[in-house]
Amino acid sequence: MATPPGGPSSGNWSYGPGQGQGDGSAHGYGYPSVPSHQQPYAPQGPGPSPYDQPQAPRIQPVQPQRRTPEPAPAGASNNPLVRPYAMTGGRTRPRYQLAIEALVHTTAQPHQMQGQLPEHQRICNLCREIKSVAEVSALLAIPLGVARILVADLAEAGLVAIHQPGGDESAGGQPDVTLLERVLSGLRKL
Amino acid sequence: MVAGGFGVGKTTFVGAVSEINPLRTEAVMTSASAGIDDLTHTGDKTTTTVAMDFGRITLDQDLILYLFGTPGQDRFWFMWDDLVRGAIGAIVLVDTRRLADCFPAVDYFENSGLPFVIALNGFDGQQPYNPDEVREALQIGPDTPIITTDARHRADAKSALITLVEHALMARLR
Repeated sequence: MATPPGGPSSGNWSYGPGQGQGDGSAHGYGYPSVPSHQQPYAPQGPGPSPYDQPQAPRIQPVQPQRRTPEPAPAGASNNPLVRPYAMTGGRTRPRYQLAIEALVHTTAQPHQMQGQLPEHQRICNLCREIKSVAEVSALLAIPLGVARILVADLAEAGLVAIHQPGGDESAGGQPDVTLLERVLSGLRKL
Repeated sequence: MVAGGFGVGKTTFVGAVSEINPLRTEAVMTSASAGIDDLTHTGDKTTTTVAMDFGRITLDQDLILYLFGTPGQDRFWFMWDDLVRGAIGAIVLVDTRRLADCFPAVDYFENSGLPFVIALNGFDGQQPYNPDEVREALQIGPDTPIITTDARHRADAKSALITLVEHALMARLR
């Protein structure tokens, strides 16, 4: 967490010194509990998928335009961690503003998942078939906010691809006309 | 989004047309617990979780529609704000025997500008009031469709969704 991602788009990152919580960096991103001796979830996935080429995360950082993505805990810097966020290293905000309906698809090969947190491995195994962030939360019984952070971690590590609905920024992120027409046509064919 | 008062049939509606059994995701309201979630005061701990049911419809190889039932209690507006962005629109389910239950949802979508339709869910197969009467009672403008539906039936739910997307499309083209 202490290392901001580089690159030309870093100005768009959804959190910054002014927004982050005071104690976030103290708890760090080091995952002292990363199981290095043993892999409880040995990857057993199918062979390489068409998306498997190693690459930078495809996710596009989006500008923080949601009004209130999550309630910011007032005075959080002096409060103990909320327990569901223990596996996120105390972070309550993802690096990306992931939509609840954003689609997640594993791009990782099994060997890339070694050394990942069990939760990260579970998400990768689940998302061999495309799933939304909401489904990751529901199927793995992880609170939504935590699922967002874990998925964003994986995206940053290049282990999952995110397909975020684009929307029309000038219309408050509402779907564009082409998408609406496709949805309408799809519904009529059901 | 599928909105409406408690017990009006949101999850039934989602389940009727979803290709999966409705799933439930939970969000933890951290603000409610700030200052309370302290181990020295565990007796006072009131971390609130908000449950939200949702379903999915695969419309095409690369097009998946998600249906989110909004949390019934209107104090969880933050979840609605989260859902509105990127949403096509909302179906406000109404039980005409408890018309007032839908007021918060109607107000919310009118203020947010998200296209919505009112769907009168006929309990026991009855529709005691017709759409015009409900339009009058709710003071809904003529542009907003009001339809009758039976949230248990897939064809009805599908038809309501089509009405909504048509309405959203018209709103965008206007």
